[in-house]
Amino acid sequence: MLVLEGVSRRFGTKLAVDAISLEFGGGGFVGVIGRSGAGKSTLLRMINRLVEPSAGRILHEGVDVTALKGAELRAWRARCAMIFQQFNLVGRLDVLTNVLMGRLNKVSTARAVLKLWSDDDKALALAALEQFGIANIAAQRAESLSGGQQQRVAIARALVQEPDLILADEPVASLDPRNTRVVMDALRRVNKHFGISVVCNLHSLDLAREYCDRLVGIAHGRLVFDDVPAALTDSIARELYGLEADDVIEAPAAAPLPAGVAVAAA
Amino acid sequence: MMRAYAQAVSARRARVMLGAAILLVLIAMSARTSEVDLAVFFARIGSVGDYFDRLLRLDNGQRVWTDLGEWFWGLGRWSRLLFDTLLIAYLGTFLGAIGGFCLCFVAAENLTKSRGLRFAARRFLEACRTVPEIVFALIFVVAFGLGALPGVLAIMIHTVGAMGKLFAEVVENIDMNPVEGATAAGASWTQTVRFAALPQVLPNFASYALLRFEINVRGAAVMGFVGAGGIGQDLVESIRKFHYADVSAILLIIIATVMVIDLLTERLRHRLIGAAR
Repeated sequence: MLVLEGVSRRFGTKLAVDAISLEFGGGGFVGVIGRSGAGKSTLLRMINRLVEPSAGRILHEGVDVTALKGAELRAWRARCAMIFQQFNLVGRLDVLTNVLMGRLNKVSTARAVLKLWSDDDKALALAALEQFGIANIAAQRAESLSGGQQQRVAIARALVQEPDLILADEPVASLDPRNTRVVMDALRRVNKHFGISVVCNLHSLDLAREYCDRLVGIAHGRLVFDDVPAALTDSIARELYGLEADDVIEAPAAAPLPAGVAVAAA
Repeated sequence: MMRAYAQAVSARRARVMLGAAILLVLIAMSARTSEVDLAVFFARIGSVGDYFDRLLRLDNGQRVWTDLGEWFWGLGRWSRLLFDTLLIAYLGTFLGAIGGFCLCFVAAENLTKSRGLRFAARRFLEACRTVPEIVFALIFVVAFGLGALPGVLAIMIHTVGAMGKLFAEVVENIDMNPVEGATAAGASWTQTVRFAALPQVLPNFASYALLRFEINVRGAAVMGFVGAGGIGQDLVESIRKFHYADVSAILLIIIATVMVIDLLTERLRHRLIGAAR
């Protein structure tokens, strides 16, 4: 169980995340929704400690992860794998090596530097690629792949970290609709098949409603919604998304409203 | 509108004129303090021509190309010394590149967060490249005696400084997304450098090392001036003893060698940089 206690992050004078308290975990698929710049990304990055919180604590099974340092911090990062919008693979390395990078926390630096991966690790990495139907491209350079393939490689990398939690930061924002499906299905598979909790930042409400079993809404860095997707009414969605509402709400319920009304309501 | 434009143009022109005037004054001032005298230059320019004229004559007064065997009488010895020079440059470049490689990641702002560590690495690299090679060579000749060793050490130290800085700049221009990906997966600093940074910078590193090798061959050619090995010893002796034909022969061999190396490394470098894209 991951507990956020009044977590805040300040960038200069701007409060990106404002005293958010939340509980995650237990194998759920949680969607974090809100307009661009609402603080979703900062929230996820603070959990992995890519961004340090300005205030508040993050506890994982009773351990304060915001106080971890050195090897313990790295071990924590391996336990909460991250998926990025830009995939963050190493383009010049082959796919299997990219996946094996998920094992780095568990191998000695000397072995890693010489790329002396154990057979077990290689088998694990190949099996992870096989999960998403891309084991056949293991020897290709990552930069030669399509966006959808790259993101699946990134998910395979996350999987071999054997994490308790996967944090996905806008995983489909740079993908076309078909690859969006493929990648979201891969995340769902990780969640259902392996029981790994997924926390996923999403811009699209449709995707959030379809894939998540809990939604967390953030506006201006503050928590404004936390419930099952069915409880998210259009009026709450409009409050969440403001002027962007019409872009993200494509459900039939929103269709009768002319654009002008939606803007006025926001 | 026309007037406003004309005004803007004349204002710009005035600024350029002012800049040019300042430049001229500075040139005149620096020439005066460093005693660069144009009168002396033109009075003596003829003797440079005389020297070149003598460089191209054998001891018997004939033009050098009339008797190639006599001109290049020491070819065997000079080739050996030139080979020594190349080895000094090669070893110095290789060891220096290793040193620069180790320090460049520490000196790079995007990878090393500790200001103190970065500061130390950068100042060390600066110290290495600020002192000219020939000065290091002089010091090492005193310490280790005559021979190639002081030459190699001198070139190595200068190369550490020069390459460390260039490498660090390459590192600072990498795409940070893979670095973030490795960090987020729990990789240590060394692992992150190895997997996320190194694959991005290696072709550029190799390219800069080759460029440096070419520069170091020229540097190694004068190491012998202070007794630090290679062809320089014979060159400086020939100059001092007025063996004009020998001077021209040795210079020609050095120029030819540097040209060949330049051509070869340039081809390799273009390939490497092509591979980087």
